[in-house]
This record gives sequence, structure tokens and C-alpha cells, in this order.
Amino acid sequence: MLLAEGLRHSFGAVRALDDVSFGLQPGQTLAVFGPNGAGKTTLLKVLAGLIRPQRGRAQVDGGRRAIGWIGHQPQLYGQLTVRENLRFWASLYDVPESEFLLRKDSLLVRLGLQDHEHRRVSELSRGLVQRAAIARALIHDPRVLLLDEPFTGLDRMAAEELRELLSEDAAEGRASVLVTHNVDEGAELATHIAFMRAGRFAHFAPRAGRGPQQVSEDYRNAIA
Amino acid sequence: MRSPKLLRHAWTVASKDLLVEFRSRTAILSVAVFVVLVFVVFQFGHDPTAVSNVDLAPSILWVTFTFAAILAMNRAFQLELENQALDGLLLAPIERSSIYLGKLIANLVFVATIELISVPLFSLFFNVPVLPYLLPLIALIALATVGFVAVGTLFSAMTVRTRFAELLLPVLLLPFMILPQWWAVVATGQLLASRPLSEILGWLNMLAVYDIVFVTLALILFPATVNE
Repeated sequence: MLLAEGLRHSFGAVRALDDVSFGLQPGQTLAVFGPNGAGKTTLLKVLAGLIRPQRGRAQVDGGRRAIGWIGHQPQLYGQLTVRENLRFWASLYDVPESEFLLRKDSLLVRLGLQDHEHRRVSELSRGLVQRAAIARALIHDPRVLLLDEPFTGLDRMAAEELRELLSEDAAEGRASVLVTHNVDEGAELATHIAFMRAGRFAHFAPRAGRGPQQVSEDYRNAIA
Repeated sequence: MRSPKLLRHAWTVASKDLLVEFRSRTAILSVAVFVVLVFVVFQFGHDPTAVSNVDLAPSILWVTFTFAAILAMNRAFQLELENQALDGLLLAPIERSSIYLGKLIANLVFVATIELISVPLFSLFFNVPVLPYLLPLIALIALATVGFVAVGTLFSAMTVRTRFAELLLPVLLLPFMILPQWWAVVATGQLLASRPLSEILGWLNMLAVYDIVFVTLALILFPATVNE
């Protein structure tokens, strides 16, 4: 479903990706942990096709249409309502009107946004904006979800709801790559764990039932 | 099948931009105030016995359009930096040319609105009758506007991620505006001096060629300008 082979990319003298390879099957979630500047966001951008790698290749079944992106910036327009934003992004993904209405209603209910559909994004709290951003990323029903620090700015409850939503989606066959510098936030969601340092995977393996504390210890050992 | 989709996506982008501008009205209001200010300054700052209004008016009209358009084009891609929406646009499975075309349409509507406000004010402030030449004047303004807005929209995309975007855009754009501005000023002067239309046709043809060349070039070059 998602394949990365020998990805390499540099920005000037800084090597952001250095021979990164992995594959994901439907329903699998890879959590990539690493300090700031490790190359995590570059990896996501290469997987999304926003950056062309200097070497190697990234392939997602279904191409760009199959990708959803949730970042720490919501990619929404503040002057538009939640509904208008979702309509705009659905149009760019050629989602038919009938499907749009069904998905929009379902997502708004799942994300607790049904009372905010006609409010402008600029009037919403940070937590509600992030929920709207999740609805935006899922409006075209992507088969692969790329998440860049998605818990930034969310309170504990909203973060827990996002984790639940991602777990449900994974159970339905959606593959995800989650990058974050906070091990506690992403470990439970992952079927696979990678630790990234200086553009390389210092560790890549199935989580194999290890809890957040064990993953934290592994992370400290691998990155130190 | 490709063209209808490209046009549909372009219209989606354009209508979104226009709705955002309609809701905020910040750019249109600031540009309208700028236009009035320029006309007031020129009206009271020049001696009509030294240079007649008909001689001076075309230059003032096109200087006003130029700077109003630059103000407008600066915001075209700035809007997409809000909450990193530009990355979302680039990730969407649409042809990148449709993003350019959408921005071009929105900018043209925006600049045309400014021109619609400016021409009656211009006629009023400088006591220059435009009604007898309205149709050829509209054709002239439309042809000149398409050319410099097409180039400006491309440069707006190129500069938006730079630190000095608002400075770079006019610096890059102005050299490309010299030719269409020159042709437009001369043609406007001839129109207002009641010269025969056959004298203006040559300028209109050159503006049309400029439009075709630069819209085509911009559509081809745009995808490369937004790649990281």
C-alpha cells in the first residue's frame, strides 16, 4: 500500500533523509519518533509527493488521491465556514456531491463538529480547528494518512478522541504514518515503530506489544 | 476530458479566493482608498495650464492600475500561506496549472473591480469624457490587464515563500510591465484625443500577442515555481 525505497534528500549540506526504506500494508500504522531536525517532516513530504527525493522512490497505491494529510497547521481558510472548507477540498478531490454530503455529515458527528458546521474557522478554538482539519484530511476517504505532529495544541481529551478515531480507521484498513517528537503521544497507535536521527532510521521494527514506557526507553537508548 | 477538469478545479480555486476576499474586504478597501488618494494628489498637484488633463491623464490612469494590481497580486498567494493551505493545494490530485489559472481568474476579477471603480473616478477628477470611447477603452484595459496580471500572478507564486515577498514582487514584475504599460498609455492617449480607431488597433494587437505569450508561458512555468 505504501512503499519507501532508499529515500535520500539533502537541503544544501544538511542531509534530511539518508537511505530510508520501509513498507506498510493496509491497517498498519508506523510511528516515527525523533528529535527536531531529524528529517521526520521531510519524510512525510516525500511520501506525499510534495518533495521529490534526490534518490530512491516513494509509492502510494492510488497516488495523491489516496493520501490524506494532518499536520500541526490545519490547511483551512479562516474566513470560510467549516462546511465551505470541506466543500472546497472535496471539490479538488472530485468527490461527488451526494458522497460529500454523506461523508461530511458522518465526519462532523464523529468529530463532534455538527454544531459548528456553519461557523467560520477563524471563530473556532484551537481544538475545534484541529478537529476540522482532521475532517478536511478525511473528506475524500484516503487510504493512507500522513500525520505530522497532529496532537500539537490539542487538550488531553481531544488528543484521546483523535487517537480513538485513528484506531478505528486503522481497523477499517487505513494505513498511517505518524511523525512526532513525543513518544507518549503516538506509541499506542503504532503497529510499527521507527526512531529517526540525522535523516536515518536508527531503529525500525514492529511494536510487538511494547507499551509507551518501553518504547520511551528504547527511544532513549537508540537516540542516545 | 483534461480541459473541463482543469477549468473546474481552476474555478473552484478562484471562487474560494473571491469568497475569502468578499468576506474580509481588506484588500479591495485598501486598494480603493489608494486609488482615490492617487487621483486627489495628481488632481491638486499639477498645473493644468502647463500640461493638459488629456495629456497627463493616461499616465496617471495606468500608474494607478499598476500599483493597485501589485497590491492585489501580493495577497494572491499570501492567502495560501495561512495555515499552510498551499501544501494542501499542492497535495491535491489536480493539475498545478489549475491552481495558477484559478489565481489568475481571481486576480483578474479583483483588478477589474478596481478598474471599474477607478474609471468613473478618473473621468470625474480629470474632467476627461470616457463615454464616447467606452467600448475601445474597455477592450484596451482588458487586454493590458490580462498581460500584467498573468505575469504578476506567476511572480507572486515565485516570491511568496521568500522573506521579502512584498518587495520582490514589484522588483521582478516592473520590467515585464514596461512594454504593455507603454502600449496602453499611448493607446489611451490616442483614444482620449479622439484619434481614429485604426490607429489604436496596432497597440491592441500587440497587447493581445503579449497576453497569449505570457499566459501560455506562465501556465507552463507555474508547476516548477511551486515545487520545493
